[in-house]
Amino acid sequence: MPSPLYERYLRIQKRRQRLIWLTRLVLLAAFLVLWELAADWKWVDSMLTSKPSQLWGSFRELAMEGSLFRHVWISAQETLIGIAVSMAVGTLVAMLFWWSTFASKVLEPYMVVLNALPKVALGPIFFIWLGDRYSVYGMAVAISVIVTIIMIENGFKDISRTKLKLMESFGASKLQMLRMVLLPASVPHFIATLKVNVGLTLVGVIMGEFLSSKAGLGYLIIYGGQVFQMNLVMVSIAMLALLSIALYGVVNVLERYARKKYHHES
Amino acid sequence: MARRESGTRETNGEHIRLSGVGLSYFTPREETEALRDVELSIGKGEFISIVGPSGCGKSTLLSLVSGMLKPTKGKVSIDGAEVTGPSAKVGYMLQHDHLFEWRDVLGNVTVGAEIRRMEKAAAKRRGAELLERYGLGDFIRHAPVQLSGGMRQRVALIRTLVAEPDILLLDEPFSALDYQTRLTLSEEVFHIIKDQGKTAVLVTHDLSEAISMADRVMVMSKRPSTISAVHNIVFDEGEGLSPWSKRQAAKYHDYFNAIWKELDDHAVSAL
Repeated sequence: MPSPLYERYLRIQKRRQRLIWLTRLVLLAAFLVLWELAADWKWVDSMLTSKPSQLWGSFRELAMEGSLFRHVWISAQETLIGIAVSMAVGTLVAMLFWWSTFASKVLEPYMVVLNALPKVALGPIFFIWLGDRYSVYGMAVAISVIVTIIMIENGFKDISRTKLKLMESFGASKLQMLRMVLLPASVPHFIATLKVNVGLTLVGVIMGEFLSSKAGLGYLIIYGGQVFQMNLVMVSIAMLALLSIALYGVVNVLERYARKKYHHES
Repeated sequence: MARRESGTRETNGEHIRLSGVGLSYFTPREETEALRDVELSIGKGEFISIVGPSGCGKSTLLSLVSGMLKPTKGKVSIDGAEVTGPSAKVGYMLQHDHLFEWRDVLGNVTVGAEIRRMEKAAAKRRGAELLERYGLGDFIRHAPVQLSGGMRQRVALIRTLVAEPDILLLDEPFSALDYQTRLTLSEEVFHIIKDQGKTAVLVTHDLSEAISMADRVMVMSKRPSTISAVHNIVFDEGEGLSPWSKRQAAKYHDYFNAIWKELDDHAVSAL
């Protein structure tokens, strides 16, 4: 039986939590209402800003003809594949760097330069090499892979040396250390990297679609801008926001599952 | 090399031998001579403690026996064969348990056996048996985070035992624990090691632990260290005393004072 004081504490906590959510929703609603009224009362030019009721209209229109969700799906697909590729490549390279200190030392300055280089500048190269369809993937992976390598490598370095000493005392090979200690101990680092990766890969995908593509949210945004259809631009941006929320949600579910499975304390 | 033997005791067969062992560390900046002219012979089933000032290379000595380090001079051999790498005859127990939190207790105690590619089912059976025998039977499926510090260290010892070593190297295995747990656990570990008939080398900075657990206590000098004295720990109360009763024995304080004084002398002579 919880004591009355504890019950009171729980009640207050719950009320506070509800208040936070309520305020968030009110903030969003107030923003939308203000936007709508500002356009109606001609405080701003609705040609330039559009307005929520118009957005809703064009969302329904676009959704009806089905093309909106096709564009969302294409961007989502590109992002997921981009994340998978850069996680896989990043982990492999980080493993190589751990395996061979020599390779890691040799490649260190190149990593620094690649990390600092604005990857967007590589856009034309990807377009020429990969064509308009696959250059999006090139851009997505280019933007996220270097950070992935660096984060996972740092994760490996964080794992205590004495844990590896223990493995060594049993005569473990490097492969065994990797499989039995480094990879399972890095699960929290993988999750943290994945979180960063979702954001970066999405930037890469949209950037890639800006530069060259025939579909996707990035394409839709650029197209809407070119034909001066602010409704289309804004609806696409809203869909992009929803897409990133969905991706973060998936990562959070994965995180909860992995922490439970591997007993990593949060 | 001043070497004093206070009494003698026969050992049944030489097990570990270090002859003329020296070890130097190299860093780009300097060379450090950690060990010089270490002579050591340990018999089967013997329990040896090594004490000495901090940083004198006690742990280095264990790494040499385990084969994780190679001596720059001299030779380390086990059962007459030179040690060239980590050997299946040796089990190492470290200061921290380093249990893998992503494995349950049984999964942890079979780690060593898994690395050595011993038969899986047999290792599991042996692990479960040892856990049961040493009071951890109810925790086989628990996660390490659910265990207390003393229990974790017992799991670590069992992990070493499951790999079936003849020799146990204990590198300050109790120093991360609180005093009470330390006393109880050293008692338990002593009995487990005797029960399993293993040869043990314990490195510690705790003199009472060293005296109460070992058949012989070796004192090491400051760097470059060597073994400066060996004490055979024999009590009038008889053989086979537990560490707890050794702490009560009449001659315990004589040993303590003698070793204390030796360590003190080194500290002074190093100034």
